[in-house]
Amino acid sequence: MSSPPADATIRNRTGPTMAWLRGQLRNIAPFATLLALAILFSVASPSFATFDNLANILQQVSVTGIIAVGLTFVILCAEIDLSVASLANATGIVLAFFTAQDASVNIANIPLPGVAAVVLAVLASLALGAVNAFGLTVIGIPSFIMTLAMLQIGAGICALLVRGQIAYNVPDFIATLGNGAIGPLPWIVVVAAVILLLGHVVLTYTRFGRYVYMVGGNREAAEYSGINVKLILAAVMLVSAVCSGIGGMLGVAHFGSAQQNEFDNYLLDSISAVVVGGTSLFGGQGGIGNTVVGLLVLGVLNNGLDHVRIDSFLKILIRGLILLLALIINVYAQRLRTREAAAG
Amino acid sequence: MAALAGVDFTLAKGEIHGLVGENGAGKSTLMNIIAGVHPEYEGTMRINGAVVKFRSIRDSLAAGIGMVHQELSIVPELSVAENVLLGVQPTNRLGLIDWKAMYREAEAQLSRLGIRVDPRAPIGRLPLGLQQLVELARVLFSGARIVILDEPTSALSPPEVDVLFSLLRRVRDSGRSIIFISHFLDDILHVSDTITIFRNGRRIATAPARDIDKAWIIERMIGAGHRELEESYTGEIMLNSRPDAQVVLTAEGLAAIGAFRDVSLQVRAGEVLGIYGFLGSGQLELARALFGKLPIAAGTLRIDGRAARLRSTAAARRAGIAFVPESRRSMLFAQEPVYKNVSVSILDRISRLWVRPSAEREIARQHVGRLQIRPPRVERRLNTLSGGNQQKVALAKWLTHLPRVLVLSEPTRGMDVGAKDDVMTIVRSLRAQGIGVVVVSTEPETVLSLADRILVMKRGTITREFANEVVSKDRLLAAA
Ligand SMILES: Nc1ncnc2c1ncn2[C@@H]1O[C@H](COP(=O)(O)OP(=O)(O)OP(=O)(O)O)[C@@H](O)[C@H]1O
Ligand SMILES: [Mg+2]
Repeated sequence: MSSPPADATIRNRTGPTMAWLRGQLRNIAPFATLLALAILFSVASPSFATFDNLANILQQVSVTGIIAVGLTFVILCAEIDLSVASLANATGIVLAFFTAQDASVNIANIPLPGVAAVVLAVLASLALGAVNAFGLTVIGIPSFIMTLAMLQIGAGICALLVRGQIAYNVPDFIATLGNGAIGPLPWIVVVAAVILLLGHVVLTYTRFGRYVYMVGGNREAAEYSGINVKLILAAVMLVSAVCSGIGGMLGVAHFGSAQQNEFDNYLLDSISAVVVGGTSLFGGQGGIGNTVVGLLVLGVLNNGLDHVRIDSFLKILIRGLILLLALIINVYAQRLRTREAAAG
Repeated sequence: MAALAGVDFTLAKGEIHGLVGENGAGKSTLMNIIAGVHPEYEGTMRINGAVVKFRSIRDSLAAGIGMVHQELSIVPELSVAENVLLGVQPTNRLGLIDWKAMYREAEAQLSRLGIRVDPRAPIGRLPLGLQQLVELARVLFSGARIVILDEPTSALSPPEVDVLFSLLRRVRDSGRSIIFISHFLDDILHVSDTITIFRNGRRIATAPARDIDKAWIIERMIGAGHRELEESYTGEIMLNSRPDAQVVLTAEGLAAIGAFRDVSLQVRAGEVLGIYGFLGSGQLELARALFGKLPIAAGTLRIDGRAARLRSTAAARRAGIAFVPESRRSMLFAQEPVYKNVSVSILDRISRLWVRPSAEREIARQHVGRLQIRPPRVERRLNTLSGGNQQKVALAKWLTHLPRVLVLSEPTRGMDVGAKDDVMTIVRSLRAQGIGVVVVSTEPETVLSLADRILVMKRGTITREFANEVVSKDRLLAAA
C-alpha cells in the first residue's frame, strides 16, 4: 500500500484575546451570573431593586460570608472543611453557655463576664480546629473524612451543652454586632466586610497567603521548594475554625437564640459561595474576591426568589441547578488550564 | 506573537523523522497542532492527501495519530497496567474490565520495551524514566499510524534508549511513521531517516540524516560560532577532585527501603560530585532522600559536621540543602507567573510578613537574564514557556538561595545544547562560590561534563568511584 505523504502547512493563530478570556473564565462567569440574576429580578419585581432590599441581601449573606472566608483558605489548599457550620453552631452555643440566661432556660450554664465568654468561645473553636489540623497533618486523615467526624463532634457538643433547650442571651456587645446597626448599615455587614477584607489582605499580600496558593497550586512542588506544607495545612484549618467561630457567635446574636441544628444550612451555603465564586476545587486558583461574588450570587438568588412568585419547592431545585452549573464551569475552567499546561 | 510562522512540514510513510531546535523553537507547538491539542491555527494539514482539521485530541487519535507529550500525561493514581491500556482496557462478556487480561497484556507490552515492573503498582510511585516508558508503550502499541514522541528519552538511560530505538525501527519497518523530538543530537542522527531543524518558530532545514552531521545541525539550530560545544560531552576527561576542601555533607551507611542501601559518601565545598547509574539503580531516590523527601531507614547524615535528621523537605532546606528534581511537574507552579516560581524558595529571606512582589520581580529578572530564559518576561504564566525554558526556571529557583549543598537531579533534562552549556557555566560558578554540588543523572554526558568526582551506582549500592583519573563515557558505562 503506497500512500502519498502526510503533509501540513501550519501557522499558529491562538487569538490572544480569546486565550485571555478563556483563562479568566472562572472569574468572568460568576460575575456575569450575578449581573444576569440582578437584572432578571429587577425586571421581574419592583420591590427587588431597592436600597432597603440591598441592605437585606447583605445582611442575609453576612454570616455565610464570615464562615466562607476560612473555607476559602481551605479550598485554596485543595482541602475541604465540612465542619464549618457545626463549629459555628458549637461556638455560638459555648458563648451562650458562658452567658447568664433567663431563669426559664434550664441548662447547667456558667455565667461569666462577656469578654471571658467570648474568649472561651474563640478558644473552643480554636481547639476544635486544632483537632482537625492534627488529624489532617499528623495522622494523615483526608480532610473530607476528618472534618466529617468533626461535624458530628460539633453537633454532639451542641447537644450536650443545651440539651434540647434554647438559650437567648449573649454578651451585650456581641448582641449589638449581630443585631444592631449604625445608621442604615447593620453592624453584622460591617463585621463581615472587615473579615472578608482581612482575608483578602492575608491571602494576597502576606507570605502565608502566598504559601496557601503554592500549596494548593502544586503540593509536591511546594514541598520540593522547602515549604512546610503540613504547617500551612494546619494553619488553614485553624483559620477556618476561627472564622466559623466568629460567624457562629454573630449568627447566634443575629438570630436571637442559640440552639441545636441552627446552622445546618450554612455548610452548603458557604461551600456554594466559595465554589460559585469560582475558586478552584483543585486548589491554587481563586480568592476572597471570588467568594464575595459567589456570596452575592447566592444572596441575590435566595432573596430574589422571594420577590417573585415561585413555588417554594421549586426554589430548592433552582438553587441546586445553579450550584451544578457553577461546578461545571469550575471543572471546565480547570480543564482549559490543564490542557494548556499539557501542551508545554 | 505567533509561536510558529509559515511552517511547511512533510512526513513520509515509514520514516523516522527527527525534529531538533532550541528551547522555545516551536517543536512542541507544531506537534500539539498535529495531535489536536491546539485546535486554533492557520494553514492546512493533509493526511494521505485528504485535508483534515482536528478539533480535539480525540479527533487525531481517530485519524491514527498518537503522541507522547513532553510533560507526561499519565494518571499517577492509576496502576501501570491501567495507564498502558488507558481507554482500551480489555473487557469480558459482561462488559466489565477483565483485570487478569489487562495485567497480562500490559506486562507483555512492557516486556517488549525491555522493562519489568509490577503492572499493579500505582504509576505515580515509579521514577520518571519508567513513567516515560509506560507512556511510550501506550502510544507505540496503540496501533497509531503516525507516532509523535516529544523528548521521549529525556529521563532514560542508555540501555532503555537502545531498546526503544530498535523498537522504533521495527515500528517504522512495519510502514508506520514516527516523529522524534530530542535534544540529544547523537541520538537523533543515529535513529532518524530525515531530520528537520526549527528555529524561532520557522523550519530552517530538512535533510536526510545520512548526509549531515552534528556540526551542521548545531550551526542551523543556534548559528555558527558555537565551536567546542560537543567536545565537552565526548572523549576522555580528567577528573580533579579537591581533597583539601572542607567536607560539607557526609553520609554513612544510608539506606531507604526498596531503593538503595549502604551508601556512604562525602561532598566537599566547591566540588561537584556526580552520581551516575542506569534507571532503577537508586541514585534518583538517593537524591530525594538527601532532601528529606524519601524517609531514610538507616544510616547517618552530617551537614557541616553536625548530625542532621531530615524529617521533611522544610527541615532539609533549613539544614542548607537544596534540590532540583528531574520532573518539572513536581517542581513548578504551572499556573503562577515566572517570578513567583523563582522566588518561592527564598520568600522567607526577602519578606517577613508582607510579600514584596517588586523585589521578587527584580530577583527573577536577574536570573531570567542570567539563564537566558525566553521569553524574558517574568510576569508570564509559567505554562506558556516551552519545556526547556521551564526547566531553566526550576534551576533559577535555587540560584537565589545559595545553599550549602545543591542536589541536581537530571539538571539538563530537556535543554538544548546551548542551554546545557549555560547550566555548566552556572554549576561552575556555584562551585567557585564554595557550594557542594551533587549531580545525579542517568545520562553519562551530564555527569561527565559537570562532575569533579564520580560515583557509580548499581542496584542500590555504590560500586565504583572515579577520582583523579581519566574517565570516558565507555568506562562509565562499563562500571554501571
Ligand atoms: N500556551 C502558550 N501560550 C503562549 N505561548 C506559548 C504557549 N505555549 C508555548 N508558547 C510559546 O511558544 C514558543 C514555542 O514553544 P514550544 O513549546 O513549541 O517550544 P519547543 O521547541 O518545544 O521547546 P523545548 O525544547 O523547550 O520544549 C515559546 O516561545 C513558548 O513560550
Ligand atoms: Mg517542547
